[in-house]
Order: sequence, then structure tokens, then C-alpha cells
Amino acid sequence: MNTIEEVKIEVKPLPQPPPQGAGGYSGSQAVLEALIAEGVETVFGYPGGAIMPIYDALYDYNDRLKHILVRHEQGGIHAAQGYARTSGRVGVVFATSGPGATNLVTGLADAMIDSTPVVAVTGQVFAHLLGTDAFQETDVINITTPVTKWNYQVTDATEIPAIMAKAFHIARSGRPGPVLIDITKNAQIQKFEYEGYTKCNHVRSYRPKPIVRKAYIEEAAKLINEAKKPFVIFGQGVILGKAEKEFRAFIEKTGIPAAWTILGLSALPTDHPLNVGMLGMHGNYAPNVLTNDCDVLIAIGMRFDDRVTGRLDKYAKQAKVIHLDIDPSEIDKNVKATVGVWGDCKETLPLLTKLAEAKTHTPWLEKFRELDREEVKEVIFEELNPTTEQLTMGEVIRILNELTDGNAVIVTDVGQHQMVACRYAKFNQTRSNVTSGGLGTMGFALPAAIGAKFGAPNRTVVAVIGDGGIQMTIQELGTIMQTGLNVKILILNNQFLGMVRQWQQLFNDKRYSFVDIASPDYVMVAKGYGIEGQKVSERANLVNALQTMLSHNGAYLLEVMVGKENNVFPMVPQGCSVSEVRLK
Amino acid sequence: MKKEFTITVYTENHIGLLVRIATIFSRRKINIESLNTSPSEAEGIHRFTIVIVETEEVVRKLARQIEKQVEVLKAYYNTNEEIIWQELALYKVPTDEIAEKVKVERLLREHGARAVVIRKDYTIFETSGHREETDKLVAVLAPFGLIEFVRSARVAIIKESKGFHEKLREFDEAQPGEELVENEFLDKQDEVFSM
Repeated sequence: MNTIEEVKIEVKPLPQPPPQGAGGYSGSQAVLEALIAEGVETVFGYPGGAIMPIYDALYDYNDRLKHILVRHEQGGIHAAQGYARTSGRVGVVFATSGPGATNLVTGLADAMIDSTPVVAVTGQVFAHLLGTDAFQETDVINITTPVTKWNYQVTDATEIPAIMAKAFHIARSGRPGPVLIDITKNAQIQKFEYEGYTKCNHVRSYRPKPIVRKAYIEEAAKLINEAKKPFVIFGQGVILGKAEKEFRAFIEKTGIPAAWTILGLSALPTDHPLNVGMLGMHGNYAPNVLTNDCDVLIAIGMRFDDRVTGRLDKYAKQAKVIHLDIDPSEIDKNVKATVGVWGDCKETLPLLTKLAEAKTHTPWLEKFRELDREEVKEVIFEELNPTTEQLTMGEVIRILNELTDGNAVIVTDVGQHQMVACRYAKFNQTRSNVTSGGLGTMGFALPAAIGAKFGAPNRTVVAVIGDGGIQMTIQELGTIMQTGLNVKILILNNQFLGMVRQWQQLFNDKRYSFVDIASPDYVMVAKGYGIEGQKVSERANLVNALQTMLSHNGAYLLEVMVGKENNVFPMVPQGCSVSEVRLK
Repeated sequence: MKKEFTITVYTENHIGLLVRIATIFSRRKINIESLNTSPSEAEGIHRFTIVIVETEEVVRKLARQIEKQVEVLKAYYNTNEEIIWQELALYKVPTDEIAEKVKVERLLREHGARAVVIRKDYTIFETSGHREETDKLVAVLAPFGLIEFVRSARVAIIKESKGFHEKLREFDEAQPGEELVENEFLDKQDEVFSM
């Protein structure tokens, strides 16, 4: 029989961390130093195993970096997007490896298609474990390649300062976009000789800012000066280029009516006399119809999305097209340009304004007014001042406009409420509209509103959300609870996935397939999170309820029950030309 | 009309760039007929040569999407008339067959094949040329027990091109490309700390 003494237990020494350099900085510290050097104040994120060293370092940076703990990484990246949209700065999000990183993918895709500057930092398993199917290992670089402007995996801490600098430069320059930096755990731990942080402003193979060619400006100016019925359509490029003033100077001198894409919204004040409304599928009547009547179409910082153009072979075929864009791959991508002006509109617009003749296009503008009156009569008046018993989304937005006087940041989700809010919300200043345009990400609004508020802390932020979208990221109420953030949540509840239902009604013989969505008691849910709220379904209480929401000191959730089967009009049915826009 | 286009891409050397470029095609469900990466005439600049069959309109847009990638300096596309191209092919044939049959030797000679390796059991020949030419030799050798055949991707020179040295000046030639950092820990599993 063996005695205990006879059993030999060999004690192996624990493996040790990689040899550390003499320098005092860890890779994690270098990441945080980079953020500070780039002027980042707020980081959204969620910790986990592979990003623990960065979170450990963050503990000591608490006085310099504000970290907002979200409830899901998707919420984190949407918050970073909202932050970027209202502040004009780069949004930053942290996530751990594996599921943490894959949860970012929707937000990255959203930021990519809507050109939002975001830097995502993800933890990754130790470099020696890469490819071994280690715990929480996913190939984040390859997963995110198609949805990032640039991404890079760091396996050595010495790379961090230069890579972070490059990440910020790429995210915010040229056509902005999301950048993901994946950092293996060993690189986060590794100590190295830190030589300070140098901002990057040049990458050899990358030319974000083209040299503007005079010839194209002259050609464009000639077309504009000769035009009888010129029409400007603009997108987010005006906002991203911080060229709102230059844009106004251009349209005011030339007297050209201007219509916006959903992401261009708020670059031009709503009540500007040359603002003729929204383009596209649920845009205004006049700009859609007259796209096919204008003689020169001047597209500024927009990309001719299919929701804007409708049928391409019947889109503005009569017009000469001038396309100003910073991204050369956009010129001729969907609509052939007669003159493509590759450049930053902050530079190209003043050059164009200088060469353009001062004009007014009164009869042409009157055409817009005429069609606008028709739209008001057929659609808008009833939507905003309904005679029906049920509330409409439009009247809620109208009252919101009256109470905020157009000074609020409106964050919208995706669907009918988004179209209604964007159509009717009043904006006096730029960077006031935050929405998921290109990707159409339901669940975007609540987390994006959190970021929007951090990006514009002195402004009223109202998240307008449908009863479908709110249920996709409702967990972020927890983030609002914990941060005590003053965000207004306005749920427009029509008890349906309304936009899909509208299509099913119009195109699928009312076969309402899985659009009947039940809701929890939102007011009670909010209460559970310590957030005040109420629900209204009577017109008599609506103004008071909205007033209470806005004047409440802190977050507030207001659920408004609206008509179940209301439709959004006008509408350009899929496969139709913009001029075939329907008023009913 | 769809036809063969050769896309020439000048890039920095960057891990993951191959995927970034490949997804531009796969995202649109376009098959890459042939792909070659190699150094270029300019130091530190790599050169992709990609062959696809598409319309010029599509190819132009693809080239712009490729050029949009951060690490890409320039992308050109050309029709077959605008380039000189070659593909390399290797053929493994039993040595007895060649030794015994005079006809085989003559065929190889006609096709300009060159012996690379001669062993007792097999001989490896090499030819280069257009696909039809290298394919023809496969057909010819098949009856004589062709053991193995492999053909490289297309490499192409653009007739009109003046090379990339001049173009590189536009991109700030003085700034060298970034150094490639590879994972140096993969073979050190036992030595490193992990948890």
C-alpha cells in the first residue's frame, strides 16, 4: 500500500509573462494615452476576459477618460455612432474578443454605410493562441473586413501608438468610417519603452483629400449658370465636411432649390426658403417629381442610394448631372455624372459659388411650392392635424416641434416613425438628426440617443422609436439608469411592425405575416429601471404629456398610442420612378 | 459585353489586404479567374494581378472600390489587347515514356518545353505562355501518362505603362511603407504566460 509520502507530486513553476522591457508603459496604457492625445473624453464599452488589461489600466485613467458601461456591445457601438454624429468627433467603443467583438458587427456595418467616424478597440486572445480555437477567440479581423474602412490586429505593444494614430486619422479623414483595432492580450500586458504619441496625418497609400481640379469646377459652374431649372440634392457630405455655411452661401447666391437625403437632414434649417424637403421613397412630393423635370441636377455629398433614386433608368434622365463627392468611387457608381467634382465640399463649394452667377429662379421655385401645396392638401395637413379619433405620428412630431422650437436633437430608429419624424421634425441647427439611414438598423435609436447626449450634453435629445425597434435594444435603459442621463424616449406605438405591415397591405393583399408585435408595459419597464414615464392615447393629454417629458429633470419615457394601420405617404413604390410618387 | 480584364493593383505590403481585395469581388459574386501577388519594380510596393471576366462598366467600378482601400496605391484595368501576359505551367511525365518514345521528345520541343528536373521515375517540364498554349500541351501529353499538371496565375505587363516609380512620387516616395509585423508567438506556446 502506498503511503502519502511515496506519491511524488511534481510542482511545475507557473509560466511567466513575456519578458518585459525597461520602459514603464504597458500596451493598455498606450491605448489609453492615445485616446487622450486624440481628445477622446468618452468611451463606450463592455469588459471581458481578453480586454481586461485595458480595463485594468482604465481604472487609473478614471479622471481623464469617462467610460460608459453599456448593456450590450451593439449598444456600445451605436452610442459611439450617436456621439460622433452630434459632436463631429470620433466615437470610441471597447469590446472584448469573441462575442463581444461580433456584437459590434451591426454597428460597424451601420457606421460604414453611413460614413460615421468610429474607432472600435477589441481585445483578442494571446497571440500564441491565435488559430487554436481558444476561449472567446473569433477571427474578428476577417469578420469585420467588409464592414470597416480599415482594421488591424496588434500582437506587439510597440505597435500601439502608431497604429492608434493611424486608426484615428483614417476614421475621421476623407470619407469617414469605422476602424477596428484588435489587440491581443499579450500586447495589452506587454511593457515597452514608450516614446510618446505622435498624431498621424499622412499614410502613403491613402489619399483622403484630393486636389481639386479647376477644370471641373469651371465646367460645373458653366452648367449651373446656363441652367433654367437647376436642382440641388444634398446628403451627409455637407455635414461631414463641416460645410453647412459654404453650402448655404452656394444655394443662396445661385437661388437653387435644395432637397435633402435622410442623412443630409438638418444641414439646412427646415424653414430656409430654399429648403424644398426630403428626397426618396417617403420624401416630399415636389422634390421627387421635379427630379425628373430639372435641367441640371447638382448632387452634393450624397451617394444616390436606391431609396433616393427609385428606378435608375427613369431617374433624372433629362438632366445634366454634377456630382460633388470626396469619394471618387461614388462618382458614376449609380448615376452617371456629366461633371464629377472630386473633392471636399468645404473646398469645392466656395470655388463653385465664386464662379456661379447670382440668380433667382422664381418660376422654377414656384413649381416646388405648387406641388408642396398639393402635398399639404392631400397628405400633410391631415397627418399633422388629424380629424380621426386615433392619434397620428405626425401630430406628435408637430407638437414636439412646437415645444422644442426645432432646437432638439432627434434620434430616430427605423421604420414608419423614422420617416414621419424625418419628414416633419423641425431643425434649426446642423447635427441634430441622428438616424440609421443606409443600413436601416432597428434598435439603433435608444443607444444612439445615449451617445448623442454625451456628444451634445447641453442639448435636448429625444429618441423617437417604434414599438418594434425599442424592443431590440431595450436593455440600454440600464445604461440610462446607471449614468443618470437625461434622454427623452418617445415610443410611437402602433402595435405593428408598421413599415412592413404597410408594404404587406399595399403589395401583399394585406397578408399581415408576423408584423403583429406585442409590447410589454413600457412605463412599468421604465419604472423598473428607475425611469419616469407615462402612456397616452388621448389627444387631450398629448401636449401635456410631451411637455412633461421635455421639462422633466432627467430621463423620461413617453409611450404614445397611435393609429394601428396608418400609412406613410407620399411613397415611391419599389421599382417605380421618383416622378411616379404616390400621394395615397 | 463581358470579356477578360486584367486588373493590376499596386499596394503596400499588409496582412489582410488580400482578403480586403478578394471580398470586393466575392461580395458581388464575381469569380476571380486568376490572381497573382508579387513584388513590383518599386521597392516595398506589391503588385496584384487579377483576371476576371466582366463588362468594362463593372470592372471600372471594381477598380475604384479597390483603389479606395487604404493600403492600395493604384488600380488599373486593361483588356488583353493592352497587355503582354504569361502563365507558367509545370508538367510531370514518367521518364520511361519520354526516353522510349521519340514522339514525346518532339512534342516537347515543339511546345518549347524545358526540363526542370530529370529523375529515374519522372521528369518535370516547364512552359510558359497563354492559357491555350499551356492547355494544348496538357492535351498532347495526356496519352503519355501525364502524372501532374499545374499552372500559375497570370502575370502581366501593361504595354503603355511607364512603371510605378514616377507614379510613386505622387504618393510621397520618401515615406517608406510600414514594416510588416507578423505574429512571433505562435511557436512559443510553452514559453509564454497565459490564463
